[in-house]
Amino acid sequence: MTEFFQSLGMSYEWAWGVATVAGILLIALPLMLAVAMIIYVDRKVWAAINLRRGPNVVGPFGLLQSFADGLKVFLQETIIPSAANKGIFLLAPIVTFTVALAAWAVIPFDAGMVLADINVGLLYILAVSSLSVYGIIMAGWASNSKYPFFSAMRASAQMISYEVSIGFILVCVVLFAGTFNLNDIVRAQEGFGLGIVNAYVVHPLIFPIWVMFFISCLAETQRVPFDLTEAESELVAGYQTEYSSMSFALFWLGEYANILLMCILNALLFFGGWLPPLDIDLIPWFDIPGIVWLLLKAFFFFFMFSWVMATVPRYRYDQLMRLGWKVFLPLSLVFVLVISGYLMATGHFGAAA
Amino acid sequence: MIQTIAFYMFAIIMIASAVMVITARNPVHSVLWLILAFFNAAGLMVLVGAEFIAMLLVIVYVGAVAVLFLFVVMMLDIDVAAMRAGFIRNFPLGIVVALILLAELVLGIGAYNVGAINLGTPPAGDASVVAESNTAAIGALLYSKYVFLFEIAGIILLVAMIGAIVLTHRPSKSKRGQQDIGKQVRRNPDEATVMKQPEVGKGVEL
Repeated sequence: MTEFFQSLGMSYEWAWGVATVAGILLIALPLMLAVAMIIYVDRKVWAAINLRRGPNVVGPFGLLQSFADGLKVFLQETIIPSAANKGIFLLAPIVTFTVALAAWAVIPFDAGMVLADINVGLLYILAVSSLSVYGIIMAGWASNSKYPFFSAMRASAQMISYEVSIGFILVCVVLFAGTFNLNDIVRAQEGFGLGIVNAYVVHPLIFPIWVMFFISCLAETQRVPFDLTEAESELVAGYQTEYSSMSFALFWLGEYANILLMCILNALLFFGGWLPPLDIDLIPWFDIPGIVWLLLKAFFFFFMFSWVMATVPRYRYDQLMRLGWKVFLPLSLVFVLVISGYLMATGHFGAAA
Repeated sequence: MIQTIAFYMFAIIMIASAVMVITARNPVHSVLWLILAFFNAAGLMVLVGAEFIAMLLVIVYVGAVAVLFLFVVMMLDIDVAAMRAGFIRNFPLGIVVALILLAELVLGIGAYNVGAINLGTPPAGDASVVAESNTAAIGALLYSKYVFLFEIAGIILLVAMIGAIVLTHRPSKSKRGQQDIGKQVRRNPDEATVMKQPEVGKGVEL
């Protein structure tokens, strides 16, 4: 995009600046729209599984429900508790929202269609997702109220625990792909399964780590079975209890942007990203743009997130910690060893083996 | 141009937040400023082309170590007034530490200006490493030339970890509170409930 702006007669610095801002807007604005729609989908799927109708009044099929909610929240008054630590109280939702958007910089939507094509893309995503815990801790502490504080403690312990196993799982994927660059990871999956399937997940050693990754994603984004941070029967509304109006909406948007990011990551790392599912040209599906495949796959994973939300009861906190530290951590560690051994034995690393 | 702006932005924010770490009155604010300083240090690492180290800095220090700092500072009831009372008493010690640090800085910069330290001839293959990506280059060095040091560092960390666990682990004495998750999951209605139909006026024997 920088070249395009340069061709309009700008100097390199200006063209780079304008191109970056344009790229950020091109990702962030559709993302906000996607978040609004995905909240609607979430509620519809949940309602359908509960044999309810879900939102069906605002607009056709209730499609505009999220926008009505957004407008309502926007018109409310922002209330700051008098005992709150004002600066941090206001900073917390902004941090949550910004960090949730920042991770999207390295997501490739199609071959080469990425804002920042950096060598350490996967590590960048890990780094940014480890930052997202700060929004929650700051909110819980600055509210100066006991339920938000309990919730913040739970959230940070939970996210740190599951980040460890997510890290090891990502190492397994990186071992297969041989790179941290997300574009190259997707390209490495082309024809991976017997020369026809474009996905890592068909490999018998990768399928179990994908299952672990999916469950860890649920825990990392604090979705139901693991939504102990906002367990309404115990903690009112968790760290958001004292928030109102737009500061509340920013938490909400950031949370769903994170969930969408995890869905996209599932698709990119294990299901071939923007590649069509099979590497043979049965129907002319190589003409379908890659972004359509990626979004379809991500939508499927979001459906699974909603499905889990509607069917699985909430975990107890000690069970959550046990699952993270005593099951996922040793299992993922063993898989790192087994997979690197397998790859060495089969000569995956070429001359290095 | 872009690099210069980025460098001065990261550097200024980092130094300013480092100053705020020691001047902020609230310890929680101090930790938050420290996190900002870490984050900008990572930005500087990216500028010199060490993106792998930068990401590790954020993941390890910001993502894990600073969270624990924040935890401890939030949970402890720190009395700032009592800490200020010790200021005069510890002032001479602080001056000594500051002087030592200053002397080391002066010596270090002086030694750097004299020229690079020469402890031996570099191996012939060193120049080829630069062309690879950051991650691959670090891996190639760590697992070949420095493999012994790397393994020793790993073993020291492992010993520290086991030591911490041994020191803090308390085996629970009571029988209550021990939960066997497998047993809880296996439980089914047949063994958990009993259907009884007592006659009118009679109780149930369990």
